[in-house]
Amino acid sequence: MKKLIIAAAVSALAAGAAFADTVRLGTEGAYPPYNFVNDAGEIDGFERELGDAICASAGLECTWVKNDWDSIIPNLVSGNYDAIIAGMSITDERDEVIDFTSEYFPADPSGYMAMAGSSVDVSSAVIAAQVNTIQAAHVASSGATLVEFATPDETIAAVKNGEADAVLADRGYLDKFVAESGGELIFVGDGIIIGGGVGMGVRESDSELKGKLNDAIAALKADGTVNKLIEKWFEGMTGPY
Amino acid sequence: MCSDPSSLEGFQWLLCYLTTAKHMQFYGSFGIVMLLLVVTVPFIMVFGFLGALARRSGFAPFRWFGLGYTSMVRGVPDIAFFLFVPIALDQFVEFSRHKIKCSDSTEPIYQGNDFVVCAAAKMPLGSAPQFFHEAWGFTLAVVAFAIVFGAFAANTIHGALMAVPKGQLETARAYGMNDRQTFWRVHMPQMWVYALPGLSNLWQILIKATPLLFLLGIEEIVYWARELGGAKTGFFTYPHPDWRMWYFMALLFFYVFLTWASQKAFIWLEIKLARGMTSRTTGVRA
Repeated sequence: MKKLIIAAAVSALAAGAAFADTVRLGTEGAYPPYNFVNDAGEIDGFERELGDAICASAGLECTWVKNDWDSIIPNLVSGNYDAIIAGMSITDERDEVIDFTSEYFPADPSGYMAMAGSSVDVSSAVIAAQVNTIQAAHVASSGATLVEFATPDETIAAVKNGEADAVLADRGYLDKFVAESGGELIFVGDGIIIGGGVGMGVRESDSELKGKLNDAIAALKADGTVNKLIEKWFEGMTGPY
Repeated sequence: MCSDPSSLEGFQWLLCYLTTAKHMQFYGSFGIVMLLLVVTVPFIMVFGFLGALARRSGFAPFRWFGLGYTSMVRGVPDIAFFLFVPIALDQFVEFSRHKIKCSDSTEPIYQGNDFVVCAAAKMPLGSAPQFFHEAWGFTLAVVAFAIVFGAFAANTIHGALMAVPKGQLETARAYGMNDRQTFWRVHMPQMWVYALPGLSNLWQILIKATPLLFLLGIEEIVYWARELGGAKTGFFTYPHPDWRMWYFMALLFFYVFLTWASQKAFIWLEIKLARGMTSRTTGVRA
């Protein structure tokens, strides 16, 4: 083990000399189509392609890091990676702890998804949501009973096995589940806009990186790359930029 | 054969599914669990011996330290320790490196919420390949396991040293052995017989505690079981409904097999070590 540590330290120093500008991008890897780990074991999705494009445009060397959603902000702050790109809506609450780049995805309406044939009153039912999301905060303040889960996948499972009456999440995430359920799962009510747009999170002390990312996002919006990627990954959506 | 999964059916589909690169990472993570066990045990034994010897020391501050170590770790929930040690150690290392490598830096390390050290002090460096980041995280986990389980081992070894009949040690003295000789030739070899049941128990607990790695962000078998088992939509090459139950069941069999096999090994070892000792004092059927 000691040898391994020394080897790690030595090659880390060697690698450090080669690429001074490596930026570590943290993502959840469990929220398709934003980000997920594909069957080849690689991070894939809208944000994977966008993140790579942003890094190429900004001239940064980027590596991808997976991190659970519930600790994704603390681990950014303590320096495990340099930016969050994980379908994170820009909110005032989060903005107090970290900084956001300008948005690269518009405010996505959230939807309630439930089993077909069940009558759900979303103002008093048991609603599943992922922990630390704008949806969880919305349910908590709506008067409904909130059950929180660590991963988005568990919120869907909770509805299917009857633990919750409905799940509240981004429409972009839920659409595919509804479309592929063969009528078993349906949306209840209309989509509601809860948060702002989606941006990348950076440490408040890291204004240099924030500037570079903002420039790259602006350039990719201007040349249509962001729109193209949105249209590719989110069925039926037109790029707004 | 697996190039077009959507055309496959039944057994062939399953075969291709179970051999995806992602599943290979899952199978590899069983190795991570075994590696943790193999790497941690020597550290646990060293911590255990040092703790036990400290508690027996003739020098009072060592004795207090030994007692403090064993009682503190035993009195705090494992999970609290597993969360505390890696973060504290990581920040301590980066803090020290910052002070050494960037001594001319005037920026404060704690800036509001942020823990900011200079780029050269990062452990490992931000530019290091992902493998080193994972190896570093794993190392921190090993230290956390060694501290916690070392305290349990120290207690077991301390108790076992006390359990060796006084007459054995007095006889060794009567033969003219000095303190050191008595300890290494008589006390230690007999100690093992009394320590083994406690240590085997500790080993079983250690096996069952390995999923705590998951809590530290290390991608071990529980992580992959949850990740692979979750329902997969058409964004994936192999869509499937929620299969977590099957994946967790596989883990169940893995853990039961591992604990069963180690139980067998420990019984064999106990019989071997108890050779030449009376069953009345050791309780081992020889």
